[in-house]
Amino acid sequence: MAKKKMAIIAAQGSLDWAYPPFILASTAAAMDMEVKIFFTFYGLPLLKPKIKAKVTPAANPAMPMKMPFGPKAFQAIDWPIPHAVSGVIPGFDSMATSLMKKQFKNKGVATVTELREMCLALGVELIACQMTMDVFGFEENDFVEGVSFAGAAAFLDFAAEADIQLMC
Amino acid sequence: MSHNDEIDCSGMSCPLPVVKSKMKIDTMNPGEVLKIITTDPGSCKDIPAWANRVGHEMIEEAEENGKYYFLVKRGE
Repeated sequence: MAKKKMAIIAAQGSLDWAYPPFILASTAAAMDMEVKIFFTFYGLPLLKPKIKAKVTPAANPAMPMKMPFGPKAFQAIDWPIPHAVSGVIPGFDSMATSLMKKQFKNKGVATVTELREMCLALGVELIACQMTMDVFGFEENDFVEGVSFAGAAAFLDFAAEADIQLMC
Repeated sequence: MSHNDEIDCSGMSCPLPVVKSKMKIDTMNPGEVLKIITTDPGSCKDIPAWANRVGHEMIEEAEENGKYYFLVKRGE
């Protein structure tokens, strides 16, 4: 049986959007699929050795604000912090980011860096978009080892034959 | 039923149980049996789906005291 193929476009660089491409790609590779992720626009920084992705409540109106510690009833509270407030408090995004990271760690979710390492170990091809690299001033050696480089046509040539195509 | 190797994915969330199981079973020979232990409720469907997709045989599934146990026989 021919290998199933999956093509993913990762165009977002915030912490919440960093997870889906790496989770789906590592899972698909574990299911013996051939997987390529095309990192473009704000997805590019996810290929840097140190991933500094943050999450911002301002861009996610439906994001629950929950505390990853304390008694269960306390953790269940969805803190009603208006964007007018969260958007102007300095450091609010950093706080929301560390809360999300803690929550994920508590639940046994791997970090984005760990998921990326698994993807590479399982043979997922991580492709940096050449054009957006030039636009945003990235060099090939800004990224982790194992990343490849291509343009839209080269990626679409693979995507055209893929069984699953996703945009994250 | 006996098994040849075992992997404990207790406390791990999606997609770790599937990814770790894949990495483990790749080190084994066809026909050998891997025992997988998980606590993630999602893995109840994920482990069988993974095994079925890649051609491994699901021999046994069980739940006991909040833990899930799977016996998977490696395919060719």
